[in-house]
Amino acid sequence: MADIELLPHNVPVQSELPELIEELTTLNLGPTHPATHGIFQNILQMDGEKIVSGEQTIGYIHRAFEKIAERRPFYQITTLTDRMNYCSSPINNFGWHMTMEKFLQIEVPKRAQYIRVIMMELARISDHLICNSILGVDSGAFSGFLYVMQKREDIYEIYEEVCGARLTTNMGRIGGMERDLSSTALRKIREFIKTFPPVLREFEKLMSRNRIFMDRVINVGPISLERALSYGFTGPNLRAAGLDYDVRVMEPYSSYEDFDFSIPVGQSGDTFDRYNVRMEEMWQSLKIVEQALENLPEGPYYADTPEYYLPPKKEVYSNMEALIYHFKIVMGEIDAPIGEVYHAVEGGNGELGFYLISDGGRAPYRLHFRRPSFIYYQAFPEMCKGSTLSDAILTMSSLNVIAGELDA
Amino acid sequence: MLSNQEVAEELLGKFGDQVYDFEEPYGLLTLSTTREEIIPVLEFLKQHKTYQINFLTDITGVHYPDNTGKEFAVVYHLHSFIQNFRIRIKVFIAEADIHIPTMTGLYASANWMERETYDFYGILFDGHPNLVRILNIEEMDYFPMRKEYALEDATREDKIDALFGR
Repeated sequence: MADIELLPHNVPVQSELPELIEELTTLNLGPTHPATHGIFQNILQMDGEKIVSGEQTIGYIHRAFEKIAERRPFYQITTLTDRMNYCSSPINNFGWHMTMEKFLQIEVPKRAQYIRVIMMELARISDHLICNSILGVDSGAFSGFLYVMQKREDIYEIYEEVCGARLTTNMGRIGGMERDLSSTALRKIREFIKTFPPVLREFEKLMSRNRIFMDRVINVGPISLERALSYGFTGPNLRAAGLDYDVRVMEPYSSYEDFDFSIPVGQSGDTFDRYNVRMEEMWQSLKIVEQALENLPEGPYYADTPEYYLPPKKEVYSNMEALIYHFKIVMGEIDAPIGEVYHAVEGGNGELGFYLISDGGRAPYRLHFRRPSFIYYQAFPEMCKGSTLSDAILTMSSLNVIAGELDA
Repeated sequence: MLSNQEVAEELLGKFGDQVYDFEEPYGLLTLSTTREEIIPVLEFLKQHKTYQINFLTDITGVHYPDNTGKEFAVVYHLHSFIQNFRIRIKVFIAEADIHIPTMTGLYASANWMERETYDFYGILFDGHPNLVRILNIEEMDYFPMRKEYALEDATREDKIDALFGR
């Protein structure tokens, strides 16, 4: 036992610690992540729990709508538009119809304009309802979402009654509506106006002044007004940053000047402000629907534009001209005038613009969609820089980026 | 309320024959300029004390294959929220020299709009921080929105444009 060397007890065992290496973690958020509600990827550089930088990849559901539109007759382009922002497709449909009506200088009867306003505002309600309730889900409050989902279903039932479809609506025609509001549709809208406020109030009670929810969303993902303008924000996200720009007021279309409503604005442009702006906009939209329904004018629901509006089926079988126009429209044989036009409507997410160039052919020479989500989503890395991952999820959720609109 | 006439005269006074082809389709002031002058024009409109045309609504491209020497157009839509005034500015460039300065220095939103335009038309925005494809796959080796790429299968003979429309 003599060769065992005993160390003196006061000698340190290991004096050199390995040097600390600062390393960023790469985190792949998406393309199919349950919290991003849509197919887009974010490659985030994380320092612990904080986001240092982000790189976005989009285009996963790009369907080349602008290219397809260059070979379609004008009336067939409507079905492309409702696949963009599928949370509020009637707004996209009517936006395109109004672009064509502006281009062809068609005066749409008052009744059709009012019906459009009703449908567009219902669409806005369903759009904002989804956004705000999903914001709740993302922050951990699931029950609010369940309360309001029934009301979205009611709106979809109204769509169904008006145009026959629920999600990709293809609602209205160039020149007006494809049919008048039926008595069932009117009853359903009246019922909705009556039953929606209690549900929305309940949702508000649950969320708006909820301490836990407020702590999760206040000062999360803020953007200054200056940056928001530079990034091309429009719609509720810009209004949350403090500017009252709304296409419905600045350049009224479809008789919006007839209605009395106000534009809510926020101050700090954070997630809570975006939530509040959308919340208030739903009340305002409801107010518009009420006014439009109350003052719904009598009269025709489509303009007299035989080259673009399909004649009633009864006339096709009895009237020679109607038959000719029916054939020409269906075969896409109508030559449009030469010119270019830009028309914007207030979509669910902001200024939805249509830039149409026609060379006198049967399809657009060039059609460009100004898609609000596409333009403001590029601000996302800047907005979530330095925040935690869970806050970034809420920021994205409150921006209401719709993958279909993003990728077109 | 700002009139098209007023803005057009101001621009003519400042830039002379560098701004031309004034039009008013559907009431929207439209003009063309050269790619050397596009940044000064946009900067002038942005800094102008009364106009304040400081919101970039949209950038997009158009392909005119038959327009020799000016095959591509880059179209800028701008908006003034203060005056509620819109303006459309076009820059025509040749296919042989398909360059145009980037607008990212003036507007952050120009970044993706220019990437989209590059993606579909191959227009090169000089000085752009990250000019790569955005919606199409990276491996793509052509620019799909150009007019030479027909949407229909070009080998089909049963679909004649004269009969069935474009």
